[in-house]
Amino acid sequence: MGKKKRHTLLRLGGYLMEYKLLFILALLFTVGSNLFALIGPLLSGYAVDAIELGQGKVDFSRVFYYGSWMIGFYCVSSAMSYGQSVLMITISRKVVYRMRKDVFDRMLSLPVGYYDMHQTGDIISRISYDIDTINESLSTDLIQILTTAITVIGALYMMVIISPRLVLVFVFTVPLSACLTKFITARTRPLFRARSASLGRLNGFAEEMITGQKTVKAYCGEEEIISRFEKKNRDAVEAYYRAEYYGSMVGPTVNFINNLSLSLISVFGAVLYLGGLMTVGQISSFVLYSRKFSGPINEVANIMSELQSALAAAERVFGLMDESPEPEDEPDATSLGDDLKGKVQLDHVAFGYEKDKTIIHDLSLTAHPGRLVAIVGPTGAGKTTLINLLMRFYDPQSGTILVDDQDVRGITRKSLRKAYAMVLQDTWLFEGTIYENLAYGKEDADMGEIVEAAKAAKIHSFIMGLPEGYETLLTEEGINVSKGQKQLLTIARAMVLNAKMLILDEATSNVDTRTEQQIQTAMRRLMDGKTCFVIAHRLSTIRNADMILVVNHGEVVEQGTHEELMERQGFYYKMYQAQFE
Amino acid sequence: MKRILGYYLKPYYLRMAMGFFIKFTGTIMDLLLPWALAHMIDVVIPENRSGDIIKWGLFMVFCSVVAVVFNIVANRMAARVASDAIYTIRQDLFSKVMYLSNSQVDWFTRPSLISRLTSDTYNVHQMLSRMQRLGVRSPILLIGGLSITMMLHPALAGVLLCTLPLLAAVVIGVSKKSIPLFSLYQDSLDRFVRLVREDVAGIRVIKALSKEEFERQRYDKANRQVVEKERLATITTAVTNPAMNLFLNLGLVGVIFVGAYRVNAGLTQVGKILAFMTYFTIILNALLSISKMFVLISKGTASASRMEKVFSAEDSRTLKLLEKEWTDEKDCHIEFDHVSFSYNKKRNNLEDISFCLKRGETLGIIGATGAGKSTVANLLMRFYDVDQGAIRIDGKDIRSMDLKTLRQKFGAVFQNDVIFEDSIMENISMGRNLTKEQAQEAACYARAEEFIRDKGGLEEALDVRGANLSGGQKQRLLIARALASKPEILILDDSSSALDYKTDAALRKGLKERYSQTTCIIIAQRISSIMNADHILVLDEGRCIGYGTHEKLMADCEVYGEIGKSQMGIEVEVNG
Repeated sequence: MGKKKRHTLLRLGGYLMEYKLLFILALLFTVGSNLFALIGPLLSGYAVDAIELGQGKVDFSRVFYYGSWMIGFYCVSSAMSYGQSVLMITISRKVVYRMRKDVFDRMLSLPVGYYDMHQTGDIISRISYDIDTINESLSTDLIQILTTAITVIGALYMMVIISPRLVLVFVFTVPLSACLTKFITARTRPLFRARSASLGRLNGFAEEMITGQKTVKAYCGEEEIISRFEKKNRDAVEAYYRAEYYGSMVGPTVNFINNLSLSLISVFGAVLYLGGLMTVGQISSFVLYSRKFSGPINEVANIMSELQSALAAAERVFGLMDESPEPEDEPDATSLGDDLKGKVQLDHVAFGYEKDKTIIHDLSLTAHPGRLVAIVGPTGAGKTTLINLLMRFYDPQSGTILVDDQDVRGITRKSLRKAYAMVLQDTWLFEGTIYENLAYGKEDADMGEIVEAAKAAKIHSFIMGLPEGYETLLTEEGINVSKGQKQLLTIARAMVLNAKMLILDEATSNVDTRTEQQIQTAMRRLMDGKTCFVIAHRLSTIRNADMILVVNHGEVVEQGTHEELMERQGFYYKMYQAQFE
Repeated sequence: MKRILGYYLKPYYLRMAMGFFIKFTGTIMDLLLPWALAHMIDVVIPENRSGDIIKWGLFMVFCSVVAVVFNIVANRMAARVASDAIYTIRQDLFSKVMYLSNSQVDWFTRPSLISRLTSDTYNVHQMLSRMQRLGVRSPILLIGGLSITMMLHPALAGVLLCTLPLLAAVVIGVSKKSIPLFSLYQDSLDRFVRLVREDVAGIRVIKALSKEEFERQRYDKANRQVVEKERLATITTAVTNPAMNLFLNLGLVGVIFVGAYRVNAGLTQVGKILAFMTYFTIILNALLSISKMFVLISKGTASASRMEKVFSAEDSRTLKLLEKEWTDEKDCHIEFDHVSFSYNKKRNNLEDISFCLKRGETLGIIGATGAGKSTVANLLMRFYDVDQGAIRIDGKDIRSMDLKTLRQKFGAVFQNDVIFEDSIMENISMGRNLTKEQAQEAACYARAEEFIRDKGGLEEALDVRGANLSGGQKQRLLIARALASKPEILILDDSSSALDYKTDAALRKGLKERYSQTTCIIIAQRISSIMNADHILVLDEGRCIGYGTHEKLMADCEVYGEIGKSQMGIEVEVNG
């Protein structure tokens, strides 16, 4: 086992140890329930011996004595086994809860860039399925290992007590069983891996093609795609068969070893009986113990592979937990006061997402309170970088950013971010009432403020038209709120904030034209009296801007007012001209 | 289910019967062993025939060997049958899905079709393979075990039979209670996942507004709920195993008690009690696996019936063609003749739309979301059939054309069109056997040449959904795909929204020069993308509220004028 695996295992153990007492109790229950269950066959052997005396001579008091003890032991054993399950289930759910909480806490403190680089599906599968896998393994495998150990050792001990000679049978069957199991698992493991891989490829292909079915049809590609699917289908089916070919040997083989043991025990037991070295009752107990003995050994292989996948899952979960969070605020950082003016300055700022690749080289600008800075450039040119810096989602590599002449590194992130209102192109609303969504940035906002903001954003009458007005629940599949209306709601949310600075992503490309005009009017209201940073798509906005930053290939290539930039006849000029061609 | 059993498994009936027979023989061997043990103890030993002990021992070993060989052979045959059957089923299902009409796809929804093809076929595969193994073995063990015990000793078998109803009661009771608990758990898990998804999507807003604490609390509530619901459900099912074990063992004690009386009365021998106890274990294990089988079967049946719904849906291969119908008017390349259409057959999505495009002309379509812009393209390519009116190409009703002939005329980029996980070349050629030169030329006119070269050429592989391309690069690649076969008709649905003005303009210029014989339909939100079109169709809630050139519409279509002013503030100022 590698060092990394051991580390992961220890860390998992750490979670379990939070519930030490419950866990120890569960272990005690496991030991107890298995030991009590092991006594049963011994007692039944005594009872059989009492019966064996033959016709008319059965010792009923002994039969009933041992029988009653059996009932007692079995009842206690079952009760303890159930108790153990309940305890382990409870513990493992507590662990799951803790792990999910820890993962989520870390998620919230990660820099936003993490989410640009990782797929949502991957994050979700870590926080739900991976943790589930770990949990499954924790709640069953540990107990299973313990049960196996107790049963094997206990059964062997009992058999040695009953008849050490007969135990020699296992000298033959146990190595045989070990060899066969090893042979089969060595064969099957790569086959099963190949099986899941080919099934994954098949499913991925099917998903892709069904998603793009309309396109496939448009290009008459159905036959071609179906024949490609056929190849993947054939692969998947054959991989499944190959895995089954060996995999389906396991059941019969285990059975075979059991049967072989039974045959050998019968023969040697009979010989010993004839020699007067064993009673029928002892043979009977021995047979029952031998069944218990050989069964679980084969389970161990299964448990080991489950543990492996749990460890892999744990590594993924811990990987997410170990991502480095946003740095802490400076210890002497202060909050921005209410008397904020909204002056923003960038002083020789240089920045790059990777250390050796700066994309903002030396940017200086001053945005006075109430002024407008526009950021323009082709799609994907990195217009959001500047916003990441302003909001301190990232810190510049050199140079400083000042708000009201104060270095932002001396300001708490929380108060700095709250000083900005933000309306982004992707209109994020959460599952909650409209009121909750609008008051999201200002918890103590009263209904009056909310309504006022909604009116200013021209969405009030729409809200009042909904069955429950401001208390209407926004859900994914629920009421029909169009994209444009969502945009208006986010504008209203920003208005409630009453911040001194504003960040605006103007793009409304997926919104119908009427709503677009409403949005524009609402946005103008919102911009009123604020220091604005606008990702501009509309030339009218650009013309009025006090400062235009032109971004291309992730770099700021030009900066100045509309007139200055037109005069320079550079990139901006070309972009501007292009739209009239 | 009927289709699978009656149709897809039919070619394998003989092989399945042989497998069944082999499995049956193998399983009977398993059952003979305890009986042999009883015989040894009750008959061979008392008579002190030591030679016979070896004979019986060899008999037992022989049974064990036959059992293992036969079972493995039968299992492999079963795996072969299941794999071959599922191969055909999956292939048919996939073909069916690929040929489903678009209204059928809308009805099923894509995610549901995907899960039918992936997890449902997998479930059925599992069921087919396990059914032939455990499904045969467990009943034989159960019935065989019961009959042998009955033969050995009816009274003791009675004790055994008494515990069966108790076991059944436990299994039924637990599943009755746990199934609703599990669906409650599933609901809360869905909610949990939705919340995480929501927070990941809104991380910027959450951080900007410093709402981490609030989100933590929301999350905590969902987290608690999931954990608690799952705990309840699993604790309920955890009853099954201890309870079954308990009943098994109590039954054993019962056998000992009753056996004691019978032996005392001289009605049975002690070896039989011993055999009984072994049979008991076999029967109980059989019962346990039968109860597992029920879960498997019910899952498989549910999946099979979900697949059946797809199989019985109509697809485009059964589409009937109209009798050839020609009109005199040969002037129009594309003609919409009073077309009305509705997706849900309640409210019309297009109403009474008419226009005529000559070869090489360009039509721009503009209007609000949901105005019916994309519907025009859907109808023209016959993804749906018109409800009223007719669409003609070269004067010929498209319903009288073979679908393939019709669609080969087109190059199209749809809204949110897909990039496949394949090479750039494959993404352009889409299985149409295009030459590299054709692809290169198309890429050139789609302004995609430069970034394809940056990526490393046409053979470079693309990620799922083109994740390694930017929005603008994707759109240019899609346009290259549409242009590659020099189509008669080009449809671009909202396919330049991620292009900057400069690229968009260059693209339109290129189209005009190189593809002058191609009739274009351009659907856009941005007026600059369509203002130079020969005709512009302004749609509002499925109705045509303006048709003509840019200048004409600016003058007399109020909505178009509004859009124009808002999108090109400056130009209006300059011109005005």
